[in-house]
Amino acid sequence: MRVMAQMAMVMNLDKCIGCHTCSVTCKQAWTNRTGTEYVWFNNVETRPGQGYPRRYEDQEEWKGGWTLNQRGRLALKGGGRLRKLLTIFSNPKMPSIQDYYEPWTYDYATLTDAPAQEHTPVARPKSLLSGKDMKVTWSSNWDDNLGGSKATGEHDPMLKKIADKVRLEFEETFMFYLPRICEHCLNPSCAASCPSGAIYKRSEDGIVLVDQDRCRGWRMCISGCPYKKVYFNHRTGKAEKCTFCFPRIEVGLPTVCSETCVGRLRYIGLMLYDADKVLEAAATTDEHGLYEAQREVFLDPHDPEVQRAAEQAGIPRDWVSAAQRSPIHALINRFRVALPLHPEYRTMPMVWYIPPLSPVVDVVKDTGHDAEDKGNLFAAIDALRIPIEYLAELFTAGDVAPVDGVLKKLAAMRSYMRDINLGREPDPSIPAAVGMTEEEMYDMYRLLAIAKYDERYVIPPAHSEQAHALEELATECSVSEYGGGQHGLFGEGSGVPTPIAVENFQMLQDRQTADTLASPADKSARVNLLNWDGKGSPSGLFPPRPGNAGADQPEGEAP
Amino acid sequence: MDVFLWVIVPYLCIATFVVGHFWRYRYDKFGWTTRSSQLYEDRLLRIGSPLFHFGMLGVVGGHVIGLLVPQAWTDAVGIGEHAYHLVAVTGGLLAGVMAVVGLAILVYRRRTVGPVFSATTVMDKVMYAFLAAAIVLGMWNTIAGSIMTIGGEYNYREGVSVWYRSFLAFQPDADLMAEAPLGFQLHALVAFGLFALWPFTRLVHVFSAPVGYLTRPYIVYRSRDVQLGSRSRRPGW
Repeated sequence: MRVMAQMAMVMNLDKCIGCHTCSVTCKQAWTNRTGTEYVWFNNVETRPGQGYPRRYEDQEEWKGGWTLNQRGRLALKGGGRLRKLLTIFSNPKMPSIQDYYEPWTYDYATLTDAPAQEHTPVARPKSLLSGKDMKVTWSSNWDDNLGGSKATGEHDPMLKKIADKVRLEFEETFMFYLPRICEHCLNPSCAASCPSGAIYKRSEDGIVLVDQDRCRGWRMCISGCPYKKVYFNHRTGKAEKCTFCFPRIEVGLPTVCSETCVGRLRYIGLMLYDADKVLEAAATTDEHGLYEAQREVFLDPHDPEVQRAAEQAGIPRDWVSAAQRSPIHALINRFRVALPLHPEYRTMPMVWYIPPLSPVVDVVKDTGHDAEDKGNLFAAIDALRIPIEYLAELFTAGDVAPVDGVLKKLAAMRSYMRDINLGREPDPSIPAAVGMTEEEMYDMYRLLAIAKYDERYVIPPAHSEQAHALEELATECSVSEYGGGQHGLFGEGSGVPTPIAVENFQMLQDRQTADTLASPADKSARVNLLNWDGKGSPSGLFPPRPGNAGADQPEGEAP
Repeated sequence: MDVFLWVIVPYLCIATFVVGHFWRYRYDKFGWTTRSSQLYEDRLLRIGSPLFHFGMLGVVGGHVIGLLVPQAWTDAVGIGEHAYHLVAVTGGLLAGVMAVVGLAILVYRRRTVGPVFSATTVMDKVMYAFLAAAIVLGMWNTIAGSIMTIGGEYNYREGVSVWYRSFLAFQPDADLMAEAPLGFQLHALVAFGLFALWPFTRLVHVFSAPVGYLTRPYIVYRSRDVQLGSRSRRPGW
């Protein structure tokens, strides 16, 4: 037994209202830079829908993740080491920018600069890649709220698998939101695909990161990740991915997406797992067995033997106790309501989901029946095969039974808690019907419905004896390690400066002075507020001071 | 003049090459990348890039053999002048044509595809000029010199190659190069120019060819405190 700790997340999909706050705050924090315009470390997809990038779940097309080879052993679906090196000059499976979307801005200046004329001036969309006029035809959430799904919905790869039963008729539609971040897998295929060895899994907390100094831009991680959550920064030529907000996690704060989640649907906590069992579990022959196999990899932090092994593995005691209080452990292994996203990719993902009961509840409610009655809900779960088979394609490789079980637990919780809320005698037969005790059911209710901040996020901070090495505390002046101090040299925002590389120094400078819209000539006179993080005052935010007119303000310095 | 062209300039270029790489690696690991433009455009790259790169691998291999293996060695193992010539020209021609066609596709792509062109730096353009010139001159030497024998026969293995080895041994013999045909002279000069530019361009990615991938374990684990950033950890006292 080799105990390792993994920082993990669970999202309760019933609570997601699709507001995209997580996406926007994540973008503000991490990808509001040139070169990452199209990048969303966190995105929210409407399902059924194609997702972002388009149809990323179709692994017969994209060849992401792992598969079992003819001898039944685990192999990269996109081909092994030799094949990777032979195709290194042109990655055959890399999505193009059109599969994400071509980033654009608008020619806002015409709105204010236009002379008096008969027609209202129009701000035309301009490509952020070429600066030319473009037609906006796709984006990261083009099919938000099933918008246009009449035309594009049938391209959903998951829907295709159950297509013969599905018609996207309006009356039969069901819909839910799926927020996605990097899965920080136990068996990450992006890391396995990286020829340079730049992607690594942190041994302390399992966060998967890209070493920006080692990445050489071979792009194999982008096609290797089945979730398409590694992105290529087209300005720096390096891969970037969700960092699980590690500078925040290290000091005990939740990720930005969790912190700002309006529905409070995200949970963060530790999972202890047996690293020796990971490959064996990932190589489970039957795809339907992968969910159970991954649950077997997790260790019970209450087991004294596990605690001893954890101590031997150098996991601090407060981390073990945090693992005991972990909401993730409770949701995955105690209540068993959380399921992994696409276990069939065999990467052992560590961001899990509680499938939504709402498609079922909505149908029951619409028919005029009591949507909190156990009998009605159970019958509906049994009857509504299409939403449930769809959920199973997402969370259990198509195995309906676990999804069924979870939804029944959630339904049972609804009707059990109604009795309590109405002051009636609670009915012990309800939890018993789904194999739970009354106490467990109430605990689950507490965790899902009213858990406070410190119950939803049980994040043991990294240890103070290592504090000098932590990003957020930065007692070592980590900025200077990246050639720092050049605050706002060419960047648009503030904070830690983007490292300036020898090759793109000139290019970045040119972008500041070019005539094109991608980097307008009058840039000094405008500020992209979307990219401004609120710190400092970029030049152009305020008009020049009287008396100082003409003389340029030093960029980024507050007056 | 001969000493300047065939001793001073080459050594200056090679010194720039070596010191430049050292400096670039120390100062600019972050910028050390292929700066791939595949994200912008895929259809032309899919043909052009493998053609060019595999062609270049052949070209480089041919140069290593042609420049570093003395004629006496091949004679000793019984490979005659004619046989060697045949293999070298055939192989060189094949690799060269691949590289030239690939390069043509890539340059066309770079110029015509909007996003790719706007991501092209001045350094890229200069580098492309030198690279294209070196390749074209090299092809000229192969075709005009060895096949059509314009300007008479010239056995570079008795001239250029010997000079190159003497150059590497720090006992350069400038006369050998001064007697070489103009095509070879120009090719060598342009190539040395390219070497001098090398560390300051995207060509540095050649030196991070990921052969280690073949032997390393799939998943890399790294501890948080071993290294943060590019600076190594301070001792604990």
